[in-house]
Amino acid sequence: MNSVIKGASYVLVHTPDMVLYNGTTQTTERIVNPDSEYLKEVPNNLRSFKEAVEYWPNQTYIGNVHPDELAQVEFPWYDKNKEGADRFGRYGEIMPQEEFLFLVQASDMFEVVRLDKEFVAKYKDAFAANPIISEDIVEKVHEGVELGEIEHFVNEEHAEGLYHDGKLVGCVKRAHDIDVNLSAHVMHENLMSKASSVLALLYAVRNAGIDKADVEYVIDCAEEACGDMNQRGGGNFAKAAAEVAGLVSATGSDARGFCAAPAHALIEAAALVKSGAYKTVVVTSGGCTAKLGMNGKDHIKKGLPILEDCLGGFAVVISENDGVNPEIDLNMLGRHSVGTGSAPQAVIGSLVTDSLDKAGMKIPDIDKYSPEMQNPDITKPAGAGDVPLANYKMIAALAVKRGELDKKELAAFTKEHGLTGWAPTQGHIPSGVPYIGFAREDILDGKIRNAMIIGKGSLFLGRMTNLFDGVSFVIHGNTAEEESAAAGVSEEEVKGLIAKAMKDFAATLMAE
Amino acid sequence: MAILDGKKAIIIGDRDGIPGPAIAECVKTAGAEVVFSSTECFV
Repeated sequence: MNSVIKGASYVLVHTPDMVLYNGTTQTTERIVNPDSEYLKEVPNNLRSFKEAVEYWPNQTYIGNVHPDELAQVEFPWYDKNKEGADRFGRYGEIMPQEEFLFLVQASDMFEVVRLDKEFVAKYKDAFAANPIISEDIVEKVHEGVELGEIEHFVNEEHAEGLYHDGKLVGCVKRAHDIDVNLSAHVMHENLMSKASSVLALLYAVRNAGIDKADVEYVIDCAEEACGDMNQRGGGNFAKAAAEVAGLVSATGSDARGFCAAPAHALIEAAALVKSGAYKTVVVTSGGCTAKLGMNGKDHIKKGLPILEDCLGGFAVVISENDGVNPEIDLNMLGRHSVGTGSAPQAVIGSLVTDSLDKAGMKIPDIDKYSPEMQNPDITKPAGAGDVPLANYKMIAALAVKRGELDKKELAAFTKEHGLTGWAPTQGHIPSGVPYIGFAREDILDGKIRNAMIIGKGSLFLGRMTNLFDGVSFVIHGNTAEEESAAAGVSEEEVKGLIAKAMKDFAATLMAE
Repeated sequence: MAILDGKKAIIIGDRDGIPGPAIAECVKTAGAEVVFSSTECFV
């Protein structure tokens, strides 16, 4: 039987200071044009925590607003707040930067993170008060140090500064004197990814209603690499995050494939569970500091605040078929292979129609498609257009070409079978997976029958191949009951029938 | 005579739109010489 989606979590971390100090658009500008007007403008165009919380797409990401409701909000969204919005949501939360820095320190096993003692005194209680942060995590936070010590590490020892409200409040030290793979920059990037993954794991376990000890395997599908000069991408973010999250029974590994990695990882997780190798597998990912403020120049130029000010994270719990939850159907996988080519119809064909053809289904038979779910509020002002809509038009066009959809219905198809994007442009985070939480509930509620999750990856960015990549899978309602019925009498039932017959026979003998 | 005869083409394709190689095939049949073709990820 197929494995099921037991629960999912979605978290954001509002990190405005990291936009300026760690986003590559800004760090590159600092190198090539250190006196630029843009760099001076960045701090004036960052959103407050309250504004980030009240942002409609962020509320959608953490599960407080259904995508259908978001689609009803007049576009653009950056100038319309959701009044009274809560930082906590059904799927996770939007954590403020000052609390997140404590989670980063709790995720640091090599004492490279130092926090200013005044900062610790001011904010530690707020971190500890968060219901999802267990006591064992709070205990990992160190006593703060003098600011002078932090300044020394930043100014003399190549440490990466940690800032809050524009002030230095801590640092991430380098973990090796020479090895660039353990530099302060890399350690910072990896620790932020790890800590946001920890947060996602904590919420995923809560949302799925399982014990931490139930998790047997974790797959991390972020886009960072950890290792040293002899094994640059050695890994393993998955087990490292599982340790902090308290998943004591779990081991794990990392799956990489640019933005397609989450979809690859979910197929792998579903297969591991279906095969019986593990009973419960969690796919997780933290966020990416490099992408903060990626389109900041265009946002500021057009009078928008910098909208890429949050790290994203998610986790999905896959477990054995419980007869209730929606299944990942391993008989309906799409894949862009080496030989597929790059013609748009070949790409969409490999990802969408190949698996539908195998199941005897047509494109309109899938109720919702979730390809790249980037928030158009972020991408449109930057000239990248509405990415989800572009994908829906491609799928609809192929449906028309195959005679499965009337050309007049093309625009309606993009609405009925599509979703308005809401995910932050954190690479792997928007790639198909943001809808899984809602899809699970929509299927359980009978609102939709099925959904196709499509992950795409730009492999060419790694300069190892010119190829693009992508995989897809279909989620549908639970079929355990139908499967049992179709299988006829089960082994248990046969045993029961034989036992009854023997008993009856024995009773007859006794009577005689 | 094809509409791009004698022209040189620089192609930047979009991963979520039309990829570079697909555009290259089109412009070649229209007579252009492809001097650069790349597919980029804009998100």
